[in-house]
Amino acid sequence: MSSLTQEYITEKLQSKFEGAIQSIEMLHDFLTITVEKSSLKSIMKFLHDDESLNFHFLTTLCGLHFPDQAAQFGMMYQLHNMPANFRIRIKSFTNDSEPVFDTMSDIWPAANWQERETHDFYGFRFHGHPDMRRILNMDSLVGWPMRKEFPLEDPFRGDKDDKMFGR
Amino acid sequence: MNSNKEILKEKEYTILNLGPTHPATHGIFQNVMKMDGELIVEAQPTIGYIHRAFEKLAERRPYNQITPITDRLNYCSSPINNMGWHMTVEKLAGIEIPKRVQYLRVIIMELARIADHIICNSVIGVDSGAMTGFLYVFQWREFIYEIYEELCGARLTTNIGRIGGLERDFTPLAWEKIHKLLKEFPEGLKEFENLLVRNRIFMDRTINCGPITAERALQYGFTGPNLRAAGVDYDVRVMNPYSGYEDFTFDIPLGTNGDTYDRFMVREQEMWQSLSIIRQAVEKLDKMEDKTTFHADVPNFFLPEKEDVYNTMEGLIYHFKIVMGETEMPKGEVYHAVEGGNGELGFYLVSDGGRTPYRLHFRRPCFIYYQAYPEMVKGAFLSDAILTMSSMNVIAGELDA
Repeated sequence: MSSLTQEYITEKLQSKFEGAIQSIEMLHDFLTITVEKSSLKSIMKFLHDDESLNFHFLTTLCGLHFPDQAAQFGMMYQLHNMPANFRIRIKSFTNDSEPVFDTMSDIWPAANWQERETHDFYGFRFHGHPDMRRILNMDSLVGWPMRKEFPLEDPFRGDKDDKMFGR
Repeated sequence: MNSNKEILKEKEYTILNLGPTHPATHGIFQNVMKMDGELIVEAQPTIGYIHRAFEKLAERRPYNQITPITDRLNYCSSPINNMGWHMTVEKLAGIEIPKRVQYLRVIIMELARIADHIICNSVIGVDSGAMTGFLYVFQWREFIYEIYEELCGARLTTNIGRIGGLERDFTPLAWEKIHKLLKEFPEGLKEFENLLVRNRIFMDRTINCGPITAERALQYGFTGPNLRAAGVDYDVRVMNPYSGYEDFTFDIPLGTNGDTYDRFMVREQEMWQSLSIIRQAVEKLDKMEDKTTFHADVPNFFLPEKEDVYNTMEGLIYHFKIVMGETEMPKGEVYHAVEGGNGELGFYLVSDGGRTPYRLHFRRPCFIYYQAYPEMVKGAFLSDAILTMSSMNVIAGELDA
């Protein structure tokens, strides 16, 4: 089992999901694969179900927002194969302004609250999620606080602006 | 022909609102419970009462100012959170930490683990009706806090250490206190164990209380003592060693049933392992020739001595750059995990080269495993549900971020 390597994983994914893999990188020793949103769910299911890959543990997931990119919203998932001690990060981006991702809570129940948290922060919806409500913020909150345009502090406060520091 | 319809007697349930500020839940947790007499039919947890938007806050703060935020995650073992955060930034910036500093950090982190487990285990005792042990070991937590105080000046929200090392070296008094702890705490811990471990009442109350299978625990993303109590030997310190843990010898205690008693026992055994790790670290430090290093040589990140700030040009420049958050950070993304008091505490950091993180996500262990709570208490007595919750070591600060 411990023979799980980066080459094996990428080869296996590329042969099965040809065209859906957008990029494969090693970021600080962490295998990061960006995939097409339409095949995200099937890739995740494959990573979980395939016996030689066996990514049985969902470490964490979170939303991402890059307003400068064409595909500005994204999801990040981290999976862990404990017997082989191999971790993998899957990312997927969309340019939809109101993104809907497929839920992972049927594969990993651990995704349930984390997806609710992502919904709470970013406003993404998760197709097939059993209980799509806000979780940490109050229900009456307007807007999605982790989106970059959501103001944090008094917007007139200038001492924390990058432009003050030549950036 | 009898046309009378069958009379269906509707079962009446009681809705019980446990929390948000119930003294038995040790924190701000609300559970709306559907009760059939004293049995729980359904539990619906509500969380977020002390949500402080840490992930958003972190996007507007320079790296060194995020350390105090991490204190307030799992406040029972804040030093582990602090160290985890420093190590994440060090990984991103490519800072090598000298061995001596790594071992000093290990001592701090293991002290924090002991303090964390003391609270959790003694509170299990309280919830099963044994107050004595709690008051007794609290003196030892107090003593560990005194050590923190000597190391960083604070007790609960420690803000201990800096990016690139520690803020100051261990003082002679700190060493004295650590040696006293190593000498006298085992005796205290043993006495605490004698009160509970083979206590008939305690065993009857905790065995088979809130059990979870290993398979289910993995699906729910359990980590830390809760997962190990179910029989899975996953420990970040061994799987992905950090801060020199690969140099230490220690066992990973395991349970079998994943019930409250096993969780209690796993934590109990872990405290002995932590003590052994601290002892090994002290030995290793004694053997080391280097007796003074307490930070890496990274002037871009580590504040210079005040004397240098006033008397040298470089000192002043570096001081200004660090305080104003002007240090260049590399672009990139990094994940770093540490074994926190209650599980794998992970930091997912995306940097765009700016003065603040572009995105910082905390993998908070108890937020992930608290999801399993309704399933674990279904069909159990209310009093067992209270015990199950305290044995899961759910910390409100970490749960709500």
